Amino acid sequence: MSTTNYIGKPTSRVDGPAKVTGAAKYAAEFNVPNLAYGYVVSSAVTKGKITKIYTDEILAIAGVLQVFSHENVPSLAWLDRSYKDDVAPGGSPFRPLHSAEVKFNMQPVAVVVAETFEVARYAASLLRIDYDVVEHATDLEAKRDDGYKPGGGKTGWMPPPAPRGNPNDALQNAAHRVEGEFIHQAQHHNPMEMFATTVEWLGDKKLKVYDKTQGAFNSQQYVTKIFGLSKDNVQVISKYTGGGFGSGLRPQYQLFLAVLASLELKRSVRVSLTRQQMFSFGHRPHTLQYLALGANEDGSLAAVHHHALAETSQFEDFTENVVNWSGMLYQCDNVKLTYELAKLDVFTPLDMRAPGAATGSFALEIAMDELAYKAGLDPLEFRLRNYAARDQNADKPFSSKKLRECYHEGAAKFGWAKRTPEPRSMRDGSQLVGWGVGGGVWDASQQKAAASASLNVDGKLTVKSGSNEIGTGTYTIMTQIAAETMGLPLEAVTFELGDTALPEAPLQGGSWTAASVGSGVKAACDALGEKLLKLAQKMEDSPLKGVTYKDVQFVNGQIRLYSDPTQAVVIRDILPANGQEKLEADGSASPDMARQSQYSLHAHNAVFVEVKVDEDLGTVHVTRVVNAVAAGRILNPKTARSQVLGSVVWGISMAMMEESVMDHGFGRYMNHNYAEYHVPVCADIHDIDVVFVEEEDDIVNPLGVKGIGEVGLLGVAAAIANAVYHATGKRIRNLPISIGKLL
Amino acid sequence: MNSFTYTRATAVDAAVREKSAASSVRFVAGGTNLLDLMKENIERPTRLVDINHLPLKTIDGTPDGGLRLGALATNADTAWHAEVQRRYPLLSQAILAGASPQLRNMATNGGNLLQRTRCYYFYDLTTPCNKREPGSGCSAIGGYNRVCGVLGTSESCIATHPSDMCVALAALDATVQVTGKNGERTVRFADFHRLPEDQPQFDNTLAPDEIVTAIDLPNEDFSQHFSYLKLRDRTSYAFALVSVAAALQLDGTTIRDARLALGGVAHKPWRDAAAEDLLKGQPATEETFRKAATAVVQQAKGYGHNTFKIELAKRAIVRALKQAAEGTQTATDVFLNSNP
Repeated sequence: MSTTNYIGKPTSRVDGPAKVTGAAKYAAEFNVPNLAYGYVVSSAVTKGKITKIYTDEILAIAGVLQVFSHENVPSLAWLDRSYKDDVAPGGSPFRPLHSAEVKFNMQPVAVVVAETFEVARYAASLLRIDYDVVEHATDLEAKRDDGYKPGGGKTGWMPPPAPRGNPNDALQNAAHRVEGEFIHQAQHHNPMEMFATTVEWLGDKKLKVYDKTQGAFNSQQYVTKIFGLSKDNVQVISKYTGGGFGSGLRPQYQLFLAVLASLELKRSVRVSLTRQQMFSFGHRPHTLQYLALGANEDGSLAAVHHHALAETSQFEDFTENVVNWSGMLYQCDNVKLTYELAKLDVFTPLDMRAPGAATGSFALEIAMDELAYKAGLDPLEFRLRNYAARDQNADKPFSSKKLRECYHEGAAKFGWAKRTPEPRSMRDGSQLVGWGVGGGVWDASQQKAAASASLNVDGKLTVKSGSNEIGTGTYTIMTQIAAETMGLPLEAVTFELGDTALPEAPLQGGSWTAASVGSGVKAACDALGEKLLKLAQKMEDSPLKGVTYKDVQFVNGQIRLYSDPTQAVVIRDILPANGQEKLEADGSASPDMARQSQYSLHAHNAVFVEVKVDEDLGTVHVTRVVNAVAAGRILNPKTARSQVLGSVVWGISMAMMEESVMDHGFGRYMNHNYAEYHVPVCADIHDIDVVFVEEEDDIVNPLGVKGIGEVGLLGVAAAIANAVYHATGKRIRNLPISIGKLL
Repeated sequence: MNSFTYTRATAVDAAVREKSAASSVRFVAGGTNLLDLMKENIERPTRLVDINHLPLKTIDGTPDGGLRLGALATNADTAWHAEVQRRYPLLSQAILAGASPQLRNMATNGGNLLQRTRCYYFYDLTTPCNKREPGSGCSAIGGYNRVCGVLGTSESCIATHPSDMCVALAALDATVQVTGKNGERTVRFADFHRLPEDQPQFDNTLAPDEIVTAIDLPNEDFSQHFSYLKLRDRTSYAFALVSVAAALQLDGTTIRDARLALGGVAHKPWRDAAAEDLLKGQPATEETFRKAATAVVQQAKGYGHNTFKIELAKRAIVRALKQAAEGTQTATDVFLNSNP
C-alpha cells in the first residue's frame, strides 16, 4: 500500500496555518529599515492637461521628502516597448507621470513621499493641481456606431473566426428565431489586498521589490526595462497575493512609483493604493452584445450571430475572446461572430476571471434559453440536441470533452427532471421558484515553466518555481505533486514560489498554473529521482543495481523495483551513504505543441440554479446551485472545490450585484468603495454543490489537468437569469438583476 | 500631518463646553462614521472629544413607564436588550437590519442619529455637493442617484438619511434628550432631523453646542403587530433602498392605532401622519393598506435612477402593514436567518 500518493486526494492547504496566523506576509507588510511612504494623488478630472502643480507648499510640510510628478521625473526609457509587460495589449502603454496629459479619471498624477504614511497622506490631500479640462467620452452606449475591429497584440487573444456557412440566410429561414441585446457594466476585481509595493533599497541601484502581482517575473522585466536596471539588481518577491482575479496580471502603477521614488531618494519606499484607487485601473470592460439565434423545426441550431462591442482606452486595444465561444459550444454550421472595440477616456480594461468567456457565456446562454422556449424544448434537452462533438471553430477534435456527463450528472444531482417548463409554474409558499441552466467552455492551456528540486541529507525536499499563489492552492498542489513524485511524505516537502531568484514560471493566470508549473515541478523531481537512483545504485549491496529509472517507483520513502517491491532502498539513507549533504536537480516542461496542436483543448461546465423570487418586492435569492465541471484530472478535490465554490459566488455576484457605476458627466466611477460596490455577503449565499466529472486526458499535458480557476464561473450569471425567467416570465438581459428591474 | 488634539470627557457639561469652544470640534463615540469621514477628508476636526466615558450607557425605565436608551449604549446592546426586545421589538429588528455585527458593536445610539448620508457625491471630494460644500451644487440631481431620495427632496439636495434605527424611532414616536450650554431640552423625533430645503448642510436641528444624551421611548404597546421591512441590494451590510417600519394596534380586525415610517427615501426618517390617519379605524385589509401606501408616495418625485423607489415603497408599505397585521413579525427578509 502506498502512503505517499497525494495527487487526487483532498488535501488541506499547506499554507493555511501561515495565512490564519498572520505569518504569511503581503507586499505592504515588509517593514524594511528606513522606509519612506508614498501616497498617490489621483486626477480629479477625466481628460485634459495639468497646467500647474503647487508642490512648493507641500514640500514645506515637515516630513515630506519629495513630490514626484511629470515635472520632475527623470529621463526614463523612451520606447513604448520598454513599458510593455507580458500581457500588454496592442497600443501604447500608459506611462505614469510621463506628461501633463490626463487620459482618464483618477489617473495617478503625482506621488507624495514622506517619512510617515500619515504625513504623505495628509500632504497629498492638500496638493493643489490646476487642469485645462477638455470634453471626455466615457459612455459606451453613445459609441454604438464607432466600433472598430482591433488589431492583434494581446497574448491569448484570437480574432473571431471567419463566418462559416450561410449565417444570414440560415437565420432568415429558421423556424424559430430570437434576438436581443445583452449588457453588463464595467466590473472591478476588488481583491481584498490592495495593490502595494515595498521597495527595499540595497544601495547602488540594487533593489529588493515586494510587489502585489500575479507574476514576479513580469514585474521584474517591467522595472528593469523602464529604469534601465539589470535583472541581477532587481529581485521581485511575491510570496502571497491577497486575491488576484486578473488584477495583478499587469504591473500596476504603484510599482513604477515606488521604484521611481526609491531610485531618486536612494532609500526604501512603499506605495500602497487606497480602496478608492483600486477603481483607477483595469476592469472587466463594459460590453454590449447582440445575439441572434435560429433553430430548425427539429430543434437543431440553424444559425448563430454574436456581436460584441467592448470599451477600451484611448491608448491600448484591450481585447478578449467574447464571441468565439459561441462558435464552439454548440454544433452549428452557420455562424457569424464579430467583435469590436470603442475608445473611451478610461483606463485600459484588464483580464478579469474568465475574461471574455464570462461575458460571452452570459449572453449566449440566455439566448439559448430563449430559443429553447421558442422551439418548445426543455433548455437542457435543447443543449444536448446541439452538442458539439468537434470544435467547429478550429475544425479539430477535442482532446477530451465530458460536457454531456456534466449535463447528466449535474441535472441528476439538481433534480432537473422535476422541473415544470412553464414560467411561473413552480412555487414555494408565496415565492415564485425558477430553475435555470447554463454552462460554458474555457481554454486548457500550458505554458513553459521551470523548477528545481533539492533533497537534503535529513530527508527534506525543497522544490522551487517562481510561480505565484493567489489563493488558488498553488503551494498545496505543487507540494502534492513533488511529494508523490519523490515518494516522500507531504510533511517532508517544502515548495517555494513568488521570487525572481527562483526558476522562471509564467504569470499566474489563464487557469494554466496547475498544468504548467505542475509539469515543471514533476520534471524537476524526475530529474532529481534519476540522480538519486544513480547514487542508490552506488550503495553497497544495492538491490537496484543495473536497473533504469523506468524500472523503479518512488513510494513510501523508498525507491523500489516495480517488479519486486521488496527490493528497495530507503531514500533518507542514500545521501548519508554517499557522504553527500545535498542533491539538486533542475527541470522544465513545455507544451508538446506537435501533439497538442492537433486537438482543441478545453474544459467545460454545466450549472443548474434555483432562484426564489418575491415578485411583489422584486427580490431574488439564489437558493441552490449545482455546478458540474469537466476539467481533466483534479489534483486536489478540496482546493479545486473551493475554486468552483468561489466561481459560483462570483457568478451570483455578477448576476445580482456587481457594476462599477460611472457618472458620465464626471467620467468617474462613483461607487468606488467596498460599501457601495456590492459583492455578496454570507447571507446571500445558500447551497452550492460541486461535481467533478471524471475526465481522462493524456493529450492536454502529461499531468492530465485542465485548470479550474475560471471554468466554474461560466454560465452562472446566465443560469440565474434563466431561472429568474422561469420563475417570473421576465427576461433580464441587462446585468445586474437588481431589485428595480423586476418590479 | 493632519493633526488634531484628542481629549476625553467624563462629564456632560464639560463635554458641551469643549464642543462649543470651536466649530471644528467633534464628539467621537463609536467612530463608525466619523473616522470614515476623516479618512475621506470630509471632516477635518481640530479636536476630538472622546465621549465614551460619559455616563450615558444605560437603558432604564422612565417615570412615565417608557424606556430611556442612553446615547452611548451601543446599537448591539440596545437591540439585544431584554426590555427593548420585549416591548419595542420593532426597534430591535430595525437596528439588527442595519450595518454589520461588528459595526453595531461599536456604533452608539446617539451616533446613529447623527450619521451622515451615504450619497456617493457627498463622499467624493472631486464632485460638487451642497451638503458638503454649500452652494457648490447637487451632483446627484442629473447624476447617478439610485440611492437618493424621492420624498421631501429639494433642488439643492436629494440625499437620504441612512439609518434603520431612526426609522423605527420615528414610528415609535420617540423623543430625543439633548443638553447644551443653555441646559436640557426634549426634541420630538419628527423634529430632530430636517428636510434639506436650501440648507442641506444641516442634517438635524441639534445646535453646535448640544449633545444627545438619551432617546426616550413612550409607554405604548406596538409589540404585537409590527414589521421592519428593509429592501436592499444584498442581505447584509447594505443601506436601505427602501425600508418600512410599520406598527399597528388592532381591535379584532380593526386598526385602532397605526404607525408608518420609511427609510431610504428622504433626508429624514419619513413618518407620514396623514397615511396613518387613513389606517386608523379601518379594517386591516390589503385595500386599506394600499390606500395608505398610495397616499405616502403621492408627492414622491423620482430622479431617474431612483424612480423605481416610488413603486417599491408602495409595495413595501403594503407588505409591511400586512406582516404587522398578521403578527408574522418578519424582520427583514425570510432568508436572513434561514437556510432553505
